[in-house]
Amino acid sequence: MTTTSTRPAVGATPGRRTPSSGTRPMVTFEQANRRLKWALLTPALGFVGLMIVFPLAFTINLSLTDAFGAVNAGNSFVGLQNFADALTDTRRFWPAVGRTVVFTLVAVLLETVLGLALAMLMRKPFRGMEIVRTILMVPLLATPVAIGILWMLILDPTNGIANHLLGFVGIPPQEFLGSVSQSLPTLMLIDVWQWTPMMTVLLLAGLTTLPEEPEEAAKVDGANAWQRFVHIILPMLRTTILTALVLRGVDALKTFDLIYATKGPGGGSDFEAETLNVYAYGLTFDYQEYGLASAVLVLFTLFIVAIVVVLRRRTERSAS
Amino acid sequence: MTPPTSRRRAGELSRRSFGVLAAASVLAACSRGPQTAAPNAPLRVLAINHVWTQAISRYLPEFEEQIGRKVSMRMLTADQLTSSFNVKLNASATDIDVMTVRPLQDQMMFARNGWIADLTDRVENDADFRWSDFQEAPRERSITAGAAVSVPVVTERPALYYRKDLLEDFGGAPRTLDDMLEIALELERRSEGFFGYVGRGQRSGAVTQWSSFLYSFGGDFMHDGRSGIGTPEAVAAYEYYGRLLHEAGPPGATNMSLEQAMPIFAQGKAAMYVDADAIYSNFLDPKISTVADTVGFAPFPAGQAGSVPHNIPSWSLAINEFSLLRDDAWEFVRWASSPRMVARLQAEGIPGARQSVWDDPSTLESFPADLAEAMRVNAANGVGHDRPEVMQVGRARDIVGRPLVSGIVGEDVRAVAADADAEFNDFLVRDNRQREF
Repeated sequence: MTTTSTRPAVGATPGRRTPSSGTRPMVTFEQANRRLKWALLTPALGFVGLMIVFPLAFTINLSLTDAFGAVNAGNSFVGLQNFADALTDTRRFWPAVGRTVVFTLVAVLLETVLGLALAMLMRKPFRGMEIVRTILMVPLLATPVAIGILWMLILDPTNGIANHLLGFVGIPPQEFLGSVSQSLPTLMLIDVWQWTPMMTVLLLAGLTTLPEEPEEAAKVDGANAWQRFVHIILPMLRTTILTALVLRGVDALKTFDLIYATKGPGGGSDFEAETLNVYAYGLTFDYQEYGLASAVLVLFTLFIVAIVVVLRRRTERSAS
Repeated sequence: MTPPTSRRRAGELSRRSFGVLAAASVLAACSRGPQTAAPNAPLRVLAINHVWTQAISRYLPEFEEQIGRKVSMRMLTADQLTSSFNVKLNASATDIDVMTVRPLQDQMMFARNGWIADLTDRVENDADFRWSDFQEAPRERSITAGAAVSVPVVTERPALYYRKDLLEDFGGAPRTLDDMLEIALELERRSEGFFGYVGRGQRSGAVTQWSSFLYSFGGDFMHDGRSGIGTPEAVAAYEYYGRLLHEAGPPGATNMSLEQAMPIFAQGKAAMYVDADAIYSNFLDPKISTVADTVGFAPFPAGQAGSVPHNIPSWSLAINEFSLLRDDAWEFVRWASSPRMVARLQAEGIPGARQSVWDDPSTLESFPADLAEAMRVNAANGVGHDRPEVMQVGRARDIVGRPLVSGIVGEDVRAVAADADAEFNDFLVRDNRQREF
């Protein structure tokens, strides 16, 4: 590298000097290294600045204005009014917060339990394991919008195959996504169907790194499979489970495409599947209330950051 | 100890210079490019994915030859189109020249934001264009705050689609809303898994089709700037529509918009369906319809105030205020909405907004005879709006649609309508304040 000139180079033979070295001393290795560090960091810093810091700062700025219609149309500063409006809105905001929490908790909990069960089953090699793993991965490969449309067709109350199959076992036709009360549970189940494989992969990776000796020792001591799972495997896997929970939990909190593709704007006719993300999207693109939408998004971001911080502390405590 | 030197080798940047250069680069990247279009730049049309757009695409080579410039046409669904306009025009984008807009949904907001160009001089001073030839209702909806900002290209009314084979016993298509309800309930009772009526039931999506029921019951969304959805007429219309779908409609109706309701009728699972007349071809294509031989078309049935359907410009052309090719964009609008082109497209089954074309019977030959008659009757009786005429149409539709959903799920409509009426009045006060052009 050309920038690795060191102190001895300053006293190099006159014939080897660069044209400037006669009047200016060469930079030290540390200085050159420091500048190189910044030069190499610049693209990444620029990217973070443009893609994260600027949008976030712009959103916070908008949330303090009465931006409506167009973001650049002479908005007035309104202080924290939008935050007050959002936090006192019991018709849309708080129900959306509740749905976001319920959707995330139930879906992620089911995904973790099922993912762990599948990971335990696939821990030991068996015949046809590769085929089973490939099939399990299929839902992960499709986009949420495609999955939404697929399930809409399956669950269509009139023409869908689900009610046809239920009819064979004597269960009356269900409305599924067409029902105000069944929509959110149905969406949770679709989410579980799609994302359980990811939890399986993460937990399987954690399981393969566990030492076998403690479990074998417990087996010798007479512990049955359930006892070994509860007292040996689960404690050792705790860090992996918490990491998987953080990753999947944050993702589930932000679910948008599946809900929008199946329920449309507002999360349905009675806002029955409207989560915070869907609500903020509606405020932006259906209502053009950019100030209020930005305030909701800032609150949502704070909400996610708080959850991540709590879970991270827990993970660190668990690891130590 | 040697103090750290601040001297640099030739060509090396100081931290400050580097910062200045980086800031300058960012500013240069964010600044607008050249404010004139390149000579070979295409005319960019961002349009709705609609039969009109597909039809006009076939004639584009003719226009390209006329102006000596290529046309690049991109099609999106209605929601995607609105989102795309919001994102791009908020950034004063110049990469859209001609836009298809929904005059009753987007136009007032777009005009307030200064996103669409004032076309008043162009439409009024061009004798060949014949602005007065456009039907009055669509022409009036092209004007916002005294300026013509769009030109209507597709018009729409509701049509009653019905099964001729099933309604033969009842003397054909119902003439009144009372008859329609009675027939729907009777047919619903006759067969398990078959529905007397299907229609839109989504809170916001159903509002436009419900408007014809509202007008035919003698109501309207607003009266003298105040909410009209709490009036006895509006409540009666809510109750009627709710009962129709709750008792004679398919399950899951509150999740149904055009995309969900249309296939149910096309698959022969419902006896009657009220929706836009522009979608009629979906029922005549045997590849996607099992009712191609049995579907009939009728005017909107009469309520207590007669048959009062909507007759609206569903899609219009506008010009992006930030376009660098505004003259060519106007040439496109002029060409696409010319009497010759409107006649051509109407003859292909796409109803336009020019009266002279409607007066020419040859342009209606492609429509089934009963549909052409239904369109003519509905156009004659029609009201020029199918949703509240406000700035924030999306929010207004959500408020107005709430009692509809209550009716469809079988709840008490009166209490919800009263609550929605109060909310709509509050909304109208705010909306009026925002109408500052």
